[in-house]
Amino acid sequence: MSVFWGNIFLPVVWMALTGKFTLANYFLGFLISSFALWIARPPGEVAFLVYLERLRRWLDFFFFFLWELVVASAQVTYDILTPHHRMRPAVIAIPLDLQTDTEITLLANMITLTPGTLSLDISPQRDILYIHAMYVDDIEEFRHMIKERFEKRVKEVMR
Amino acid sequence: MIDLLVLALMLAGALFMLVAALGIVRMPDVFMRMSCNAKSVIIGLTLLLLAFTLHFREIGVGSRAVATIAFIALTVPVASHRIGRSAYLRGVKLWDGTIRDELGEALEAARKNGENDADR
Repeated sequence: MSVFWGNIFLPVVWMALTGKFTLANYFLGFLISSFALWIARPPGEVAFLVYLERLRRWLDFFFFFLWELVVASAQVTYDILTPHHRMRPAVIAIPLDLQTDTEITLLANMITLTPGTLSLDISPQRDILYIHAMYVDDIEEFRHMIKERFEKRVKEVMR
Repeated sequence: MIDLLVLALMLAGALFMLVAALGIVRMPDVFMRMSCNAKSVIIGLTLLLLAFTLHFREIGVGSRAVATIAFIALTVPVASHRIGRSAYLRGVKLWDGTIRDELGEALEAARKNGENDADR
């Protein structure tokens, strides 16, 4: 944590030293102080590398989600535009491994944001998330899919 | 060249909005309406804002577009979750073709056990 605050605060010192209070100068200071912290500490504790790793994970998450969004909206669009209803909707209980509120919120919002699925409710003990899904061929399979694809991703970015 | 791209993005965005509107009419129950319209609107809006950004090519427009998309993506799922949830707990009927309702089963079981679910 102290490395984190150092990385936030040291660029301010850099700006004071150089006398230019601009965003670009802050980022320059950020890079320089990251480099300084990187020299001063053993790897693994280094904030800069941790940021990069975290950034990679978030980007990964973002593109995965974008892909899900495209696939699901194509499916829903097709169903809206053709006369037949192909839906097999169901309300499904997803047992959660996630613990913190932030993680559950992220998962629930992701599910709601994907076309065709909607998170409905969470159990009072916060261990089961109830979702409404439009295309369910097999309930067990769908539950497994949500856990494997969505929940695992959320765990990866949050931890 | 860039004008064509802007045109294509705007058309695609408007098309998504249209599909969302049709979806509201076509879907048989509240939950399916909620789960298809809001997202298409987000996708449509994102495409439109992308078109604006490409057209104006100014950092001010771009940053506002990104901020708008971010806030829409944050608030829309909360709203549709709320509407869906209150509709469900209010007793709005699911479509006849619904194959299973595990929330209904859980609520029923809780009621049998005499648990108080008034706080839901």
